[in-house]
Amino acid sequence: MAVFLIRRVLQALVVLLLVTVITFALLRMIPGNVAVAIMGPGVYRDPAAIKLFDTTYGFDKPWYTQYLIWLGHLVRGNLGYSWKLNQSVASLLGTRLPKTIALVGISTILALIVAVPIGVIQAVRRNKLLDHVFNGSSTLFYAMPSFLLGILLILVFAIKIPILPAEGPQGEGLGVIFTQFNALILPILSLALITIALFSRYMRSSVLDNITEDYVRTAKAKGASERRILIRHVLRNSLIPIATLLGLSLPGILSGALITEAVFNYPGMGLLFYQEAQSSDYPVLLGVTVVVAVATVVGSLLADVTYAVLDPRVRYVSQ
Amino acid sequence: MSIIGIPPEMPDPDNPSAVGLATVSQSVETEEQREVAAGILPAGKPRSTFRRGLEVFLENKLAVTGVGIFVFMLVFCFLGPLVYHSNQTVVNFSSQTLPPGAGHPLGTDDNGFDVLGRLMIAGQISLEVGMAAALLATVVGVLWGAVAGYFGGVLDAVMMRVVDAALSIPILFLLLVVVSLVTPTEPILILVIALTSWLTTARLVRGEALSLRTRDYVQAMKVMGGGSARAVLRHIAPNAIGTIMVNATFQVADAIAFIVALSYLGLGIRPPQEDWGGMLSKGVQYVSTGYWWLIFPAGLCIILVITAAIFIGEGLRDAVEVRLQRR
Repeated sequence: MAVFLIRRVLQALVVLLLVTVITFALLRMIPGNVAVAIMGPGVYRDPAAIKLFDTTYGFDKPWYTQYLIWLGHLVRGNLGYSWKLNQSVASLLGTRLPKTIALVGISTILALIVAVPIGVIQAVRRNKLLDHVFNGSSTLFYAMPSFLLGILLILVFAIKIPILPAEGPQGEGLGVIFTQFNALILPILSLALITIALFSRYMRSSVLDNITEDYVRTAKAKGASERRILIRHVLRNSLIPIATLLGLSLPGILSGALITEAVFNYPGMGLLFYQEAQSSDYPVLLGVTVVVAVATVVGSLLADVTYAVLDPRVRYVSQ
Repeated sequence: MSIIGIPPEMPDPDNPSAVGLATVSQSVETEEQREVAAGILPAGKPRSTFRRGLEVFLENKLAVTGVGIFVFMLVFCFLGPLVYHSNQTVVNFSSQTLPPGAGHPLGTDDNGFDVLGRLMIAGQISLEVGMAAALLATVVGVLWGAVAGYFGGVLDAVMMRVVDAALSIPILFLLLVVVSLVTPTEPILILVIALTSWLTTARLVRGEALSLRTRDYVQAMKVMGGGSARAVLRHIAPNAIGTIMVNATFQVADAIAFIVALSYLGLGIRPPQEDWGGMLSKGVQYVSTGYWWLIFPAGLCIILVITAAIFIGEGLRDAVEVRLQRR
């Protein structure tokens, strides 16, 4: 187990380093001059000002030096400074990130609670009417553009039957989520429905894989009831791969959260990223991308470790 | 035993790699015959696994429906405008947002363009981007994965860590960064989506390559003096074709979904060109005014095409599994 852990953590560290290289390289492809982007095109008439800006912020150095400086800052928790918003990226994320975590966390938990029973029911009653109904609706939600789902929810629950606000909770601090919980319902629903569609399909095939295993036949032969086999044997084993699924689907859920935040004007990290992408505010883009990637790497690391704890076979195979 | 399963006497028209595999399949055929003779397999006319895969695919009603929908959409978008002529170039405010009726079966949009005709030309962009991006991503992913898996060792470790790293950045975030740097035209969107979605293909193919490279026929080819390039291009990649095709189908669905999302965020294809996502996101601005014909036709087209691609992909996967069972 220790060997497995050390290998896996080292791997994650290498991946993290590569993530910083990729994001940095990507954003350095920005056409044009950072100084001009910050101070406006008028600054072209004043080359001395551009030169001063470049030397002050290190843009006159070669790209690898710039990367190392940025990496050094990053390791010490300095994510950069957004000149456009006149705020440090860390403080921007400090207000935005908890909101995204709340949105993604609540909808993922909700999705799990709903998707696991649906997947089990589908597998047990496979190729029956109920299976087809769930299968059809999960395909529909998967195929539907997520912004369309959000807007249809707004149309039904905020315009036709005005019982819920059309906008996510506004205002500073995480407290607004609880004071305006009504406003959080539609964004959560919108994100959860898509996630349920994804998870229930996975759960269905995971249960189906387990139902044909030898241990199920053994349990049957020993006279265990269908119910007991399903809950004590099949469900437990089918839930193991869900740990990996959670880790793997984090990037997808975060992409979904970006759209959901844009639709409901929910002031989280996704909305920030989207708004700053439109104005090429690269310190924010760089900072958010790194944070999101770190979250994903840590997420998949945790998923793998959980998997190894739950299923000892994995530890031996990966060595 | 890995096989595409095309007996030498029956070249597969859908599979250009069939010729290169003739020798491989021959050994399979003899092995099957040997098994039949030994009484392991039931005697009778030996059927190719490709045939059986095809049968499984055709028995799957959803998959066949998916093919039908996809072909219909291709015909609708690419041949439709030849039959159904409509004004898509001159903005006409006197016929703005007309409800469906005579002359305009699906009404007009806020520029006075006929919605039915617009669906056709917008669909061309959606389908072109979807299919081209999936194709490009597949080619890049297959080469990357096959090379990593075939050579193994340090090269494999480095190449796969790059894939891991890129996969850690959610695709939509990656797309937004790139699109905020360059003006999105159709070729650029294809390139950008392909460059962000070849990663899963690379992973899958690498897994296949790891097991394929130890097979007897690859070893035999090396003994005969074949080079690495030949092993990767003629043996590893074609033998993983089942997995690749299934994955490519799902990628068409994903690529279409991505340009739809980009259009909604205002970073997709630029006017005057429009894809289905652009039509839909313009339409939803009128959600409270009741102009349903600006929302539902475009939304339906997107959902239908993506669903069709998923159904085809699932049918293909079942068909490929028939083949895998015989390994």
